[in-house]
Amino acid sequence: MTTFALTFENPHFVAMTQSTHNKSLKGFFRLLITGVFLLTAFSSSASEESSEKFDAGKMIVEHITDAHDWHLWGEGHSSVSVPLPVIIYNSERGLSVFMSSRFHHEEMSYDGYKLEEGKVVAVHEMGEMEASLTTVNEEATAHSYDLSITKNVASLLFSIALLLWIFLSVASAYRRNEGQAPKGLQSFVEPLIVFVRDEIAKPSIGPKYMKYMPYLLTVFFFIWINNLLGLIPIIPGGANVTGNIAVTMTLALITFIITTVSANKNYWQHIFAMPGVPAGVLVLLTPIEILGVFLRPFVLMIRLFANITAGHIIALSFFSLIFIFGEMSTGLGLGVSVFSVAFVIFMSLLELLVAFLQAFVFTLLSAIYFGSAIEEHHHEGHESSHSH
Amino acid sequence: MLSSILLEAGNLGLGYGVAALGAGLAALGAGVGIGRIGGSALESIARQPEASGDIRANMILTAALVEGAAFFAMVVGLLVVFKS
Repeated sequence: MTTFALTFENPHFVAMTQSTHNKSLKGFFRLLITGVFLLTAFSSSASEESSEKFDAGKMIVEHITDAHDWHLWGEGHSSVSVPLPVIIYNSERGLSVFMSSRFHHEEMSYDGYKLEEGKVVAVHEMGEMEASLTTVNEEATAHSYDLSITKNVASLLFSIALLLWIFLSVASAYRRNEGQAPKGLQSFVEPLIVFVRDEIAKPSIGPKYMKYMPYLLTVFFFIWINNLLGLIPIIPGGANVTGNIAVTMTLALITFIITTVSANKNYWQHIFAMPGVPAGVLVLLTPIEILGVFLRPFVLMIRLFANITAGHIIALSFFSLIFIFGEMSTGLGLGVSVFSVAFVIFMSLLELLVAFLQAFVFTLLSAIYFGSAIEEHHHEGHESSHSH
Repeated sequence: MLSSILLEAGNLGLGYGVAALGAGLAALGAGVGIGRIGGSALESIARQPEASGDIRANMILTAALVEGAAFFAMVVGLLVVFKS
């Protein structure tokens, strides 16, 4: 439940989405893309034309951020998307629930709300009317809480259903053919579970690893399945769930809470007063160690978020190249598309590896933190083996 | 003094260039770091092929830690670009 709440109300994330529709970003991405191919001269001569041009930066940001509808194809007015429920609570107006198709792609307002750059804002005029004729009610917007089922939340719910289906069916299969060789989905999941147990939990946590196995398995499969869903271009995939900093923050926070709660005396002693270290050095070391406690989950959060988002940006940039060159001339676009598609296939295969690797790294680092929290030291002067 | 310089830099759009430079420098550092990790890991595997499983797991872990530092710079660079 925390995950959902954080997905909507993270001000940092909202701030990032809000200010993305500016020209500088467009320039930045164009520079990035053309710079790679040393064709700056072409680009500047082509960018003189006006409004209906393809905007790579805008397209990429729209794809990696959250949305109130699940985009299928098309641009602007003619785009086709699956509407998702909008749920808004306002302390004065009460609860409003309606489908995002009421907004007609940001063109209409409904029930005193309209979509502005992908974000729901309150307006003075109630009822249905043209969005351009309405004025934003700043005060009501500040008191509105957006609890909508957005694209990320819908994808999250789908992945939860998928995970439940996989694991409930596998669990019942184990009960049914007890003592026999695994069959079907079992033979797919069993090696992964054994991998998490033997390669991650046992070596990093030690003899008490069984206590942490449920969390490690959950986080491993959650991250992996969501990474893979993000690589599927169309519904039910395509949402950037693990590339949403609120989601990764929640995961990192759970790891942090488990580490802190299960930490023993030894762990705290190594943080506040490292044994065998002179007092003068402790003045320096203790603040660093205390900072490290918070830095670990923070890096955990950033790593997953940045890795997955960067993967999406790279794949989308290669696709944008086709349209950027296609605007110069159709032949050039067709020529570039061969290389673009080849690169996207290569990147997608790489991303399949990254999807697994990031789930592995997140789980492994969580396990190492748990291990360091419950480690019992028998010999004097032993340094803690893993830091951030 | 400093604030006026920063303001002037903002007007000129220098923030983007500096953000790109920062991200590039971080990528340079991470590249050197991961290169060294990969190099030493290959060397150790060549010396002791039977320990390749353990070495590989530690290599990935260390590379992920180095990568974390590079991603900090990348996120800071992106924030500079998105905010201004």
